[in-house]
Amino acid sequence: MSFLRVENLGVRFGGVVAVDGVSFEVRKGEVFTIIGPNGAGKTTVFNLVCRIYPADRGRIEFEGRDLGALAPHRLAGLGIARTFQNIELFEHATVLENLLIGRHRHRRTGFWRDLFFARAVRESELAQREAVEKVIDFLDLAKYRDSRVAGLPYGVRKVVELGRALATEPRLLLLDEPSSGLNPEETDDMAFWIEDIQKQLGITVLMVEHDMGLVARVSDRVLAMNEGRAIALGTPAEVQADRAVVEAYLGAGA
Amino acid sequence: MRFLFKTSYADDLRLFQHGGQVFWYGLLGLALLSAPAWAGEYLMTQLVFIAIYSIVGFGLMMLTGFTGQVSLGHAAFLAVGAYTEALLAARGVPPFVSIPAAAALAAALGVVVGLPALRLKGIYLAIATLAFNVIVEEITARWESVTHGNAGMPVAPVKLFGSELGTEGFYYLCLALATAAALACVNLLRSPTGRAFVAIRDSEVSAACLGVHLAKYKTVSFAFSAALTGVAGALYAHKVGFLSPEQFSLLVSIELITIVILGGVGFLHGAVLGAAFVIVLPQAIAVAKDWLPETMAPSGLQAVVFGAILILVILFEPMGLYGRWLKIRTWFELFPFYRRGMFRRQRSYLRTERLR
Repeated sequence: MSFLRVENLGVRFGGVVAVDGVSFEVRKGEVFTIIGPNGAGKTTVFNLVCRIYPADRGRIEFEGRDLGALAPHRLAGLGIARTFQNIELFEHATVLENLLIGRHRHRRTGFWRDLFFARAVRESELAQREAVEKVIDFLDLAKYRDSRVAGLPYGVRKVVELGRALATEPRLLLLDEPSSGLNPEETDDMAFWIEDIQKQLGITVLMVEHDMGLVARVSDRVLAMNEGRAIALGTPAEVQADRAVVEAYLGAGA
Repeated sequence: MRFLFKTSYADDLRLFQHGGQVFWYGLLGLALLSAPAWAGEYLMTQLVFIAIYSIVGFGLMMLTGFTGQVSLGHAAFLAVGAYTEALLAARGVPPFVSIPAAAALAAALGVVVGLPALRLKGIYLAIATLAFNVIVEEITARWESVTHGNAGMPVAPVKLFGSELGTEGFYYLCLALATAAALACVNLLRSPTGRAFVAIRDSEVSAACLGVHLAKYKTVSFAFSAALTGVAGALYAHKVGFLSPEQFSLLVSIELITIVILGGVGFLHGAVLGAAFVIVLPQAIAVAKDWLPETMAPSGLQAVVFGAILILVILFEPMGLYGRWLKIRTWFELFPFYRRGMFRRQRSYLRTERLR
């Protein structure tokens, strides 16, 4: 049984075939990256895995379980978390609150006990804060803890979003272009964090990324896509040398 | 300026963050508790209305200010609470049964109205709730066997253990329920349920990806908001003593949303400030009318002033009365380092395309 298996996945929006029969497997513990030129369908694959769009065909299995039948909010409970290409944080809340929302799947109380702030809520809240502080330490966010997200620089938001995903304690982490909009130093930090997430926390990472330096540094395997199809799969070096990949980026005859 | 040094996680969970808050809230509590001793009859009536409108304000603030779902139909929940209470009180049901019943019925209706909210957003949801308001108003006018239609129905005074609750007793009842409502909102906001509401308000996509069941939490928010409004409706019925459909028209719904916008969207304090303003304004207009010449004081003056204030607040003070207070307080705390742009909304960076 593979960790995440995507089989013959396809979706079309009107006349546009965004993803056309893509299959791949992610092994437990690896960093698996999807690359490809703009419009290749990488983010669409992500959104299909997260069940934000329903797939027209194909099958997605997480630890042998068919994700196709699940509502999007059920995925967090299985241990799947994601970040977004253009950041989808809760703008009018503080960093701490954002990370605490990440703990939603670990809540132990429902509406009625919350209404009276029962002892169980208090105990659960203390436990959640402890868990969130670990993430804050891990990503070095302590000085932004009580700042509102709306006023933070782009690079910090990107880290907060990563933190929010980590706060859910995922087993599979989906990163949609983790380095987009970051300067070289921030990209470097991001690379360290992704390595740490894989090695220290033991979380499997599936990411979409354009920065080939970052891809080559952290990825175990790379899948190249073009026009909705998978065109190459292998180690970063293999994929970079692949003829079809070079053609997709630079055109035939390059 | 005050710096809060937190030394344990429990510090975050406290109801009052520092001694200053305990002091000021204590003072406010004392003033309100002793109000019957120092306030005249007129002021007492105003305080009761402010308490009632604050309860609606809290309910609507949770829905609109924290969950991001607009409702232009809250007068309907007010009507459901009021008529339920009037009918039960007429049959001699004690308030500790009838008020929860009013809340429960309003909540049940809130769930029904919440259903379109699962698919509709923004202006479309506003229109759906507006239609609901019109429907309920029409039903109260036509269902004469129960509501006495446009002729209206009198409401029996609150009776507790066989004796009537006087003006003073009723004031304390309103005060207690308003305080309980505020506490309930604060409790929700510092626990997972309230955070899920805020998550839905700020980004539905990522809320869902973090495991928030959108449909469930939107429904809960609608039901809770409607329940509070139902409680307020029950109190309102007793206060005014006579119910007729036009007391729950669309204009009242607009007045209720004004409480939230004027007070400051996203601040519980704003609900109280907005309620006080909405109660005091008509009185001020009535006084002004006596002084203005006939031609300058048409009968629709109140609606015009409400509308104008709503527009001006949205344009020039989007954080409402409470936001204005925050700015003033910050100005003093930071003097002389306050900068004009400190509260300006930051430009949002590009967001992922809206998916639904």
